[in-house]
Amino acid sequence: MSQTIIELKHVNKTYGDTVVLKDINIEIEQGKFYTLLGPSGSGKTTILRAINGFLDVTSGDVLFSGKRVNDIPANERKVNTVFQDYALFPHMNVFENVAYGLRIQKQAKKDIKARVLSALKMVRLEGYEDREIAELSGGQQQRVAIARAIVLEPAVLLLDEPLSALDAKLRKDMQYELRELQQRLGITFLFVTHDQEEALALSDEIFVMNDGEVQQSGTPVDIYDEPINHFVADFIGESNIVSGYMIEDYLVEFNGKQFECADAGMRPHEQVEVVLRPEDLDLTSVDQGKVTVTVDTQLFRGDYYEIVAYDGAKNEWLIHSTNPAKDGDTVGLTFDPEDIHVMRLNESEEDFDARLERYEGE
Amino acid sequence: MKKNTTNLAFYVPYGLWLGLFVIAPVLLIIYQSFFDIAGHFTLGNYATYFESGTYILMTLNSVVYAFIITALTLLISYPAAYLLHYTKHKQLWLLLIILPTWINLLLKAYAFIGIFSQDGGINSFLGMMGIGPKQFLFTDFSFIFVASYIEIPFMILPIFNAIEELNEGFVNASRDLGAKSWQTFTKVILPLTMSGVKAGVQAVFIPSLSLFMLTRLIGGNRVITLGTAIEEHFLVTMNWGMGSTIGVVLILAMFLIMFLTGERKRKGGRAS
Ligand SMILES: Nc1ncnc2c1ncn2[C@@H]1O[C@H](COP(=O)(O)OP(=O)(O)OP(=O)(O)O)[C@@H](O)[C@H]1O
Ligand SMILES: [Mg+2]
Repeated sequence: MSQTIIELKHVNKTYGDTVVLKDINIEIEQGKFYTLLGPSGSGKTTILRAINGFLDVTSGDVLFSGKRVNDIPANERKVNTVFQDYALFPHMNVFENVAYGLRIQKQAKKDIKARVLSALKMVRLEGYEDREIAELSGGQQQRVAIARAIVLEPAVLLLDEPLSALDAKLRKDMQYELRELQQRLGITFLFVTHDQEEALALSDEIFVMNDGEVQQSGTPVDIYDEPINHFVADFIGESNIVSGYMIEDYLVEFNGKQFECADAGMRPHEQVEVVLRPEDLDLTSVDQGKVTVTVDTQLFRGDYYEIVAYDGAKNEWLIHSTNPAKDGDTVGLTFDPEDIHVMRLNESEEDFDARLERYEGE
Repeated sequence: MKKNTTNLAFYVPYGLWLGLFVIAPVLLIIYQSFFDIAGHFTLGNYATYFESGTYILMTLNSVVYAFIITALTLLISYPAAYLLHYTKHKQLWLLLIILPTWINLLLKAYAFIGIFSQDGGINSFLGMMGIGPKQFLFTDFSFIFVASYIEIPFMILPIFNAIEELNEGFVNASRDLGAKSWQTFTKVILPLTMSGVKAGVQAVFIPSLSLFMLTRLIGGNRVITLGTAIEEHFLVTMNWGMGSTIGVVLILAMFLIMFLTGERKRKGGRAS
């Protein structure tokens, strides 16, 4: 139904000996909000540059609507970019900045005016046409940068950490606006961030990057609930990760005890890692608890208490609880079988998907 | 209180410098321009300047030469600075460009006399090619050529700095929005490096108005500029008043150039 408009196939990039992108395979479909999420230096900007044409990939293909564009220069590619530092032209006012691409296309004066004004309206900057760039706040500059790109009606809009320069409050507001704008325009967004909360809140689909590789891709819920490996589990949301053994399908052992779980498809007695999200852990009495821990510190976070506790083997446990605990108390932790998420070591995304398919299909 | 006095102390050397070497000489020149050769107060110098066509013609002549020299220098310097920006060892190349400015002007002028003369380098080269010796020295061509050669470093330097300061992001943004290299150059790179061009024009045009050594040595006195005239009046005819009058004209021309190439206030008020 939806068609693929951008595709990266086995894309690699190396600078001398340093590998920056390793076998990247990405498909971007019409009309969705995609996010590249990863720590600094993981290759997010490099992927954008491979798409908008400022980077020669070492090997692999970049396809727009099925056509290879590796050799097409940046100014002829049908994508536009909101740069990390906005790069608004300081010698032009807001109107001229937004009109820039249209003037390059030699559009009629009347059309330019109408389209610029409507783009400014879209980003809620009506009446700012005559402002100089230096007279705008960070959030307003960001919106001019978006208007300058969307006025050209690109098939895909690339946004490189556009919110990172904004303060927390404005950032939240702009997240809503971006999401709303994307849905209204129906343009595909490929958004870069290193903020996992932002990625979870905004995206239809997330690509989690680390060390130049896509670790996992999927919907926010998939990635949060079923992280593929230690890195993703640790990077997305907060998590307790303990090592253990898979006894048999739907039975895992950790902390010296066996627990019923919802995962299957591993070899018997395979070594695994187990993820338990802090919000899935509930405090209870010691005899009813599945794990016994001693509370170390507790922070009030507004709608929950964040509790740090240690078990007998000195493993740290992070718990989000609606009820407070007392420092130094020994308490039990309880959780349901489906709260346990088991991860195999070094499983590829392909194998992971295939395994999930197999046992969830049963 | 204390802070203010220390601040003032910092201005003292600067103020002294400004007073002794800038303001006082200018005032002296203006004062001098109101006296005739016999030492009587007069407005005659100005009358002479405006009434005798010679001086007006000479002024125009100077302006035309200075304009040609500046334009030629700019035409060579902008691409040179631009290429320099993308060169590997740019600091080294820049040093090589600046190096000739450390050599005395007279030495360079004499070197060119050697190169351009009847039995100089160029003519012996032409001779080898079977083209008879040509007159280079004491022509307009040689004057403009040497003057431009001397001024080029002063033009390249500010333009190079402006290009270095230009954020590569603007260039990428322009390309991303569909502009070809040429469009990016005229719409983004050139306007954003205009400050360097203006600084270069100021640094070249004003001195070019009053070049005098070169007019004699390379131009063979065929090219007579305001600079030559001032030199004549002070050192030969001893008419200091008239020389000062031309000096005042030059100072006014300088202000005019500064005004024309200076940063102008943007139109439109500041909101809030
Ligand atoms: N021209 C270059 N030469 C060598 N290495 C480079 C070059 N450009 C980028 N890199 C390296 O490529 C890696 C990925 O860079 P990239 O800019 O894509 O990271 P990023 O994920 O966008 O990070 P950030 O969140 O900090 O912007 C980094 O380790 C960086 O050092
Ligand atoms: Mg980046």
